[in-house]
Amino acid sequence: MADADKVNWQTGKQEIIDINSLTNQFKRVDEYAVSPDGDKIAVLGQAEDDTFTAIVNGEKWPESFELAWYLRFTPHGHLICLARIDDMWTLVVDGKPWENRFEFIWNPQFAKNSPAIALAYKSEFEYGVVVDDKPWENRFQAMRDFTLSPDGKHTAATVQVEPLGEADVFKFFEGVWSVAVDGKAWDSKYINTWRPIFSPDNSSVAAEIRTDIADYSLSVDSRDWSQKYGCVWEPVFSPDGSKVVAPVRHEGAWRMAANGELIWKTRFSQLWKPQFAPGGKKLAAIGSVEFGRWTIVIDDRPWGQTFRDMVLEPVFSPDGNRAAAVVKDENRWTICADGKTWHQDFDMVWDPVFTADSARVLAKVEKDGKYHLAADGSLKMGGFDKFWDPVVEPDGNNLLLRYIEDGKYIREVKKVSDLLG
Amino acid sequence: MAEVRGFDESKVDDAGLNESIKKLTPEKIQRVVQRVFNKESAARLQVYLNTCVHCGLCAEACHTYVSRDHDPRFAPVSKVRDTIWELIKNKGKVEPEKIKDMARIAFTECGACRRCSMYCPFGIDIAYLILVMRRICNLLGVVPKYLQDTTNSHAATMNQMWVHQDEWIDTLQWQEEEAQFEMPNVRIPLDKEGADVMYSVIAPEPKILAQLLGNMAQIMTVAGIDWTMPATDGWDNSNMAMYSGDFEVMGRVEKLHWETAARLKVKKVVMGECGHAFRGAVYDGPRWLGWQYPPIPMVHAIEFYYDLLKSGRIKVKEKYKEHVTVQDPCNTVRGRGLGHKLRYVIDQLCENFTDIDPRFEHNYCCGAGGGTINCGPPWKPTRMRSTRVKAEQFERTGAGVIITPCHNCHSGIEDIVGHYGLGMHVKFINEIMVDVMEKPEDMG
Repeated sequence: MADADKVNWQTGKQEIIDINSLTNQFKRVDEYAVSPDGDKIAVLGQAEDDTFTAIVNGEKWPESFELAWYLRFTPHGHLICLARIDDMWTLVVDGKPWENRFEFIWNPQFAKNSPAIALAYKSEFEYGVVVDDKPWENRFQAMRDFTLSPDGKHTAATVQVEPLGEADVFKFFEGVWSVAVDGKAWDSKYINTWRPIFSPDNSSVAAEIRTDIADYSLSVDSRDWSQKYGCVWEPVFSPDGSKVVAPVRHEGAWRMAANGELIWKTRFSQLWKPQFAPGGKKLAAIGSVEFGRWTIVIDDRPWGQTFRDMVLEPVFSPDGNRAAAVVKDENRWTICADGKTWHQDFDMVWDPVFTADSARVLAKVEKDGKYHLAADGSLKMGGFDKFWDPVVEPDGNNLLLRYIEDGKYIREVKKVSDLLG
Repeated sequence: MAEVRGFDESKVDDAGLNESIKKLTPEKIQRVVQRVFNKESAARLQVYLNTCVHCGLCAEACHTYVSRDHDPRFAPVSKVRDTIWELIKNKGKVEPEKIKDMARIAFTECGACRRCSMYCPFGIDIAYLILVMRRICNLLGVVPKYLQDTTNSHAATMNQMWVHQDEWIDTLQWQEEEAQFEMPNVRIPLDKEGADVMYSVIAPEPKILAQLLGNMAQIMTVAGIDWTMPATDGWDNSNMAMYSGDFEVMGRVEKLHWETAARLKVKKVVMGECGHAFRGAVYDGPRWLGWQYPPIPMVHAIEFYYDLLKSGRIKVKEKYKEHVTVQDPCNTVRGRGLGHKLRYVIDQLCENFTDIDPRFEHNYCCGAGGGTINCGPPWKPTRMRSTRVKAEQFERTGAGVIITPCHNCHSGIEDIVGHYGLGMHVKFINEIMVDVMEKPEDMG
């Protein structure tokens, strides 16, 4: 969560609102949204006159819209939704629509280090990205996979840079796709490009590329790695920006590569989702050490326990010394931390959250239709109708809990030591 | 039954084959063949080829062979002999023109339906051998144009019909409004994290059959299912790259599909009425990615409807009166054993059902599967020549409606009905269910 220092970390339990007062004003209500600081709960609803608007803590936005959806709080605490006004679409932020109108907008993205909001947009049947109400000047025939830089000042996307006739398979293989940064396409064209990402300092973009029917590689700022692979997955920059790391398929097995060189010795059945620890001292990924068995691999060393169904992205602790991930085996979900699996399993588990001192692992879990807070494998509190991910005070000892219980939306701050012992 | 006269398959004008082979050299062919034989398919391929005793018992199983008056060139064993065996015999030393012939056989004369495997005394997966041939063709760039275009769409858009991201969302919102004319409280929840079910479909639904989405919204609402659909790529569960031999694109599409389900925190994925998509999402895709099983349970529409009816979540107000028969899709009935559940669903929904013969896993392929229908208009006469037995099968039932819980079957059988003048209609289960189900008064 951004702006954690603005959160009221005073311990105590506070009933914000009876949620019936939010829902009974509408004939139709969509999902709830809760602010990162826990102070606000909002719903998007359709009124009797069929217009849509949001209610925040019981207060309706002044404007209503022909259609609205995707009500979310940004990490900086702004409430947004996508809204149709006079048959055109725009973003509404805290009740105020942007000035620009578009044929369509979708897929809001939020910057890591600023309040910037970006969207994909369509105008005159062409596609681009709009950031904070400023659309790209150049638009493209097609666009996918847009991404926002950490500072919110730049955007990149996979774009189609040449027209392509119906079923023109030959031109497709000449390459009509590229990466556009801030609306300007790279000079290089590829058969495909996917998932561009920015470097931590916002200055570079790396993307997956396809250069022949079964030749794949990585490109950084339009400079392609000289090595070709059987396939590649999503790259990631090291925190200092010096390395681009990506899983690559090499001689029938998956290996980890950095700047075009293989860096891990182990040959995996599958390898994906690389993640650097804070500070960049460790590199983790999801790996399949043998067919049908999955685990987390850190610096080329797989955890001892493996899982049949699924392993999700590893999450590092704030000090970078620990890691945990959601795992699934025999259709039961749980958490594995540092290679040790929780004894309890659940109907669903959300991403693990470390306490500020990196000592404890928390997670929102679902069991028998109710939501709970679990810590290090045990249920600590819960039975909630709805529950949002716990928020840890960055340098303190407190935990923010946001939940709905008995029809009331509750914001509660508890001392970690009181809750977890 | 109608014949396709004056049509020479070897002279079909398909640039995907005819133009592509001009770029080939014998050396490139040999290099690709050796790669596939030695590095990708070695053990399984050798076992199958060493096991076959050339008995020909597979022949009678093939709709292509039977429909073409038992022409031995169309027996499965002949298709393997003229493709993979020849490449092995020659160690990949063949001329480009020969690759074109092999591509035609592999892509247009076999639906990868696996009926022949049931009749093989050793259970050899002959369709696998044909798919190995397609893999070689893919790496050589020799793929029927329209099938390749579908794969290109998968690669660029993650769906098979070049559907833009806004078109997907817009169509769902439009279909939600359409469905609300029938039931005012219908919703199509988009990107709802934590829903029980993610419903996934293939791209023809938003592109040309959008009413199926509105129908499903009504069914989900009446059944009280907590469901969602993704608002980003990953919603298309189909995979023609699986059939064109582009396994890298196949894997990429499936990876995104399962990542999307995991992102939305759903407990299971229900997929619409498609057969090849089921195969791609449950078998071929996950295994190429390293999953032994789908990472999140996936339920085909047939099983989903069965559960809704069996549990009483959907009740039938008045059964469908038309005389119906059924198509058993290869990938869900032969491949998954859903034939009995399919008939339970039909019995619950329809009052006048005549079963097909042969049926269940013995049913004939519709001739559109395995990517053959995606080979496009140039090859429609080939499909029609290969499906006479299918037309005769339907005609014998005397039914007026053919229920086809599969998109490929649906389109292929519509072609058969038209070509052979059967005078029948083709329907998805979804279309019948939404007409006959009981809609509680408080829902509209």
